Amino acid sequence: MAKKLDKVDAVTVGVGWTGGIIAAELAKEGLNVVGLERGGDRSTEDFQMIHDEYRYAVRYGLMQDTSKETITFRNKPDERALPMRRLGSFLPGEGVGGAGDHWNGHTWRFLPYDLEIKSQTDKKYGKDKLGEDYTIQDWGITYDELEPYFYKFEQTAGISGEENPMGAPRKHDYPTGPMKSSPILYRFKKATKNMKLHPFQLPSANLSEQYENPDGETINACQYCGFCERFGCEYGAKSSPNITVIPTAKKTGNFELRADSNVVEVLHEGGRATGVRYVDVKTGEEFVQPADVVILTSYVLNNTRLLLQSKLGKPYDPKTKEGVIGKNYCYQITAGATGFFEDEKFNSFMGAGSLGATVDDYNGDNFDHKDLDFIHGGSLSITQTGQRPIENNPVPKDTPKWGKDFKEKSLHYFNRSLSVGAQGASMPHRNNYLSLDENYKDAYGNPLLKLTYDFTDQDRNLHKYLSEQAADILKEMGADKVEAKEISEHYDIVPYQSTHNTGGVIMGDDPETSAVNNYSQMWDVDNLFVIGASAFAHNGGYNPTGTVGALAYRAAEGIIKFMDEDKQLVKANKDRQLV
Amino acid sequence: MVDSNKPQGPEDHSRRKFIRNSGIAVGGIVVGGALGSLIPTKQKDKDQSNAEKPINYNDALMFFTMEQFQTTEAATERIFPEDELGPGAKGLGVAYYIDHQLAGPWGMNAKDYMEGPAYNAEATQGTQTLMRRADVFAIGLKGLDDYSNKKYENKFTELTAEEQDDVLQVFDVAKEFKLSGATTKQFFELLRSMTIEGAYSDPLYGGNKNMAGWKMRDFPGSQMGYTEAIMNKEFVKIEPQSLREHMG
Ligand SMILES: Cc1cc2nc3c(=O)[nH]c(=O)nc-3n(C[C@H](O)[C@H](O)[C@H](O)COP(=O)(O)OP(=O)(O)OC[C@H]3O[C@@H](n4cnc5c(N)ncnc54)[C@H](O)[C@@H]3O)c2cc1C
Ligand code: SF4
Repeated sequence: MAKKLDKVDAVTVGVGWTGGIIAAELAKEGLNVVGLERGGDRSTEDFQMIHDEYRYAVRYGLMQDTSKETITFRNKPDERALPMRRLGSFLPGEGVGGAGDHWNGHTWRFLPYDLEIKSQTDKKYGKDKLGEDYTIQDWGITYDELEPYFYKFEQTAGISGEENPMGAPRKHDYPTGPMKSSPILYRFKKATKNMKLHPFQLPSANLSEQYENPDGETINACQYCGFCERFGCEYGAKSSPNITVIPTAKKTGNFELRADSNVVEVLHEGGRATGVRYVDVKTGEEFVQPADVVILTSYVLNNTRLLLQSKLGKPYDPKTKEGVIGKNYCYQITAGATGFFEDEKFNSFMGAGSLGATVDDYNGDNFDHKDLDFIHGGSLSITQTGQRPIENNPVPKDTPKWGKDFKEKSLHYFNRSLSVGAQGASMPHRNNYLSLDENYKDAYGNPLLKLTYDFTDQDRNLHKYLSEQAADILKEMGADKVEAKEISEHYDIVPYQSTHNTGGVIMGDDPETSAVNNYSQMWDVDNLFVIGASAFAHNGGYNPTGTVGALAYRAAEGIIKFMDEDKQLVKANKDRQLV
Repeated sequence: MVDSNKPQGPEDHSRRKFIRNSGIAVGGIVVGGALGSLIPTKQKDKDQSNAEKPINYNDALMFFTMEQFQTTEAATERIFPEDELGPGAKGLGVAYYIDHQLAGPWGMNAKDYMEGPAYNAEATQGTQTLMRRADVFAIGLKGLDDYSNKKYENKFTELTAEEQDDVLQVFDVAKEFKLSGATTKQFFELLRSMTIEGAYSDPLYGGNKNMAGWKMRDFPGSQMGYTEAIMNKEFVKIEPQSLREHMG
């Protein structure tokens, strides 16, 4: 029997970026909040031996333990889904801070076009641009409405950046100035300027200077240590929940963090959530934590899974396109190109997770798609994140995978190659979705989440186009040999691509086609909020977390409002209005 | 706003401790040779005093038999051979690294999802075998000898380099020869990836002896940071250091 604990005002499932933001905002308002996190506790002190490529980048020291829980996967609805037995294509976080501890820190605002993609695309290119199998839809909120929340997240994280001439309009400068424009970045900027594109410094959560955020938390200046993505920062210089929102929440005295607590069910009665059931993963003991408001902040995959498992919301059915939970799963189309330079050596082993320069000329609807066979696009960036020798063995395609020639070429090109990469947008398709698996179970006896996903024609066309642009930039940068990336015939769960999974619990203005309103409040359950990139109706041409942070700050406002009013915060209809 | 080119060392407690632990008080800013002149002193002393060759007590086996160890050494050396650029897998101690890893959680698939049933998978679904890596490796090593005996009437370690390459090629392609319970490709992929890992992981794992793998790559290992050096237009060569330096 699960032990029933005392009721609290709010409980969050997961304590990463979204869970941390909610905890801080609610606790500051005087609400008492419990944060349940399936992984262990951790802080900067734990990162003194962090410069270990093998342990952290290759063996995923900070990421999800798939022996306890994974997903099953198939490309098509008529295939048998099989478990992803070890991590590969994406690396979900586990432990206090979530993936926010080992992210890179590229911090973007989605474009105004993203939030109204359906109406703007229809208006400009007609209703049939993609065809009806692509289930694109507006998000139920405009960029202008979301702008203040973007800024709020950027202030919390102290983002270092500069004006993006083709980006979403800003009302304020970034809290801190851009990072250093290293010679590699400078070269990209010069080349793209020659090509009449509009380069700028990538907005970064590795800070250019020491900064104190509005909550009084200090983030240090980045040391360009080259062990950033997949690592924690031993300097406290990479904005993470652990050095910002979590200590802010703790300081109030209203927040209790419970690590090693895996939530297995959202409890509900008569259309209202009553709390959650969780397992202490160290002792195996079960607890029930009652709460007035339940907030799912457990990342895209488990936000969706917990709803399906707890029988909340209507599951999506690809045959009828009805139902919403699991719908519009999207990913990131990682186009790009690599250039090899015979006579130059770059300091590419130095770097920071977000040290980069970008052009947005091929993102969103910044270029005309009338004669193109896809919509949207992606940001194109050069990044200098610190090349490490196990994972980075760039060699021209015709090189053997092992032996004398491989050794020679991998030694030669390690510091003589540069890549330009795209965060290509990903459009929803009716056959790409999340559901529950019928066969495989996690360590607690619950069904695994099932992912059905494959690349579409839209993805292939967008990939080809962006990879060609990336190759052109590298040529202009003076590479002797340039190889454009090619998209695999089918999406493959094995090679790492991106931890930018989106959708499953999407936001919109109509309960028939979306799961949550623009406060991330569930249409079907007023006191249940589901926050994260799970709310994205499609994935844009940028990394997601800037937009995730904005949605989380808006949701926090909504929860506080709900505590007073106890009702649906948004009236559901096409001509959306606040009630 | 402060000039972003000005170094600003964060002054928090964790970093001070970090520096203290590492025993290197250079303010965290690594400029070209500043550390380079610090680190090799120990090594220089050793060379000059012509002291006895230090024994590495880690160079012993936790998993392999002597025979398996020798086959692993020979096979990894073909994947990453010694040449005029520097040592190969054997000189780098890659087989020790593999031995130590197979004996531990990696060899036992401790973080993998190991629930059945295991079906044949589409290529995009990833490996489904429920056989542990340590077992796949042992079966693969035996397979190398079996196939070598069949084709060349000699065990793998006795073959010429060209013959060994031929055998490994057959295992990589995985058409001609079958292992029981695993494919030769599964074994070969494990062998190949573990060779690269052993060549370049921190020496604490038993390979990358004397950081010679990093030296060949001009990779300086675990440095504090590159706040200044990163603006350098020329390539900056830095003596590597390993996590051992953090122990004081
Ligand atoms: C290597 C890497 C690099 C990245 N780089 C970038 C980047 O440069 N820019 C960018 O925008 N994004 C990046 N991301 C993505 C970014 O990390 C995520 O968007 C962000 O962390 C999402 O925040 P979240 O709160 O939704 O999820 P998370 O931060 O992952 O937090 C979710 C938490 O919930 C916990 N949890 C899950 N299920 C349960 C359960 N049942 N019970 C209790 N707890 C549970 C998890 O353990 C986790 O700690 C990167 C991700 C990775 C892995
Ligand atoms: S690159 Fe900068 S932010 Fe990233 S881990 Fe190193 S010091 Fe921290």
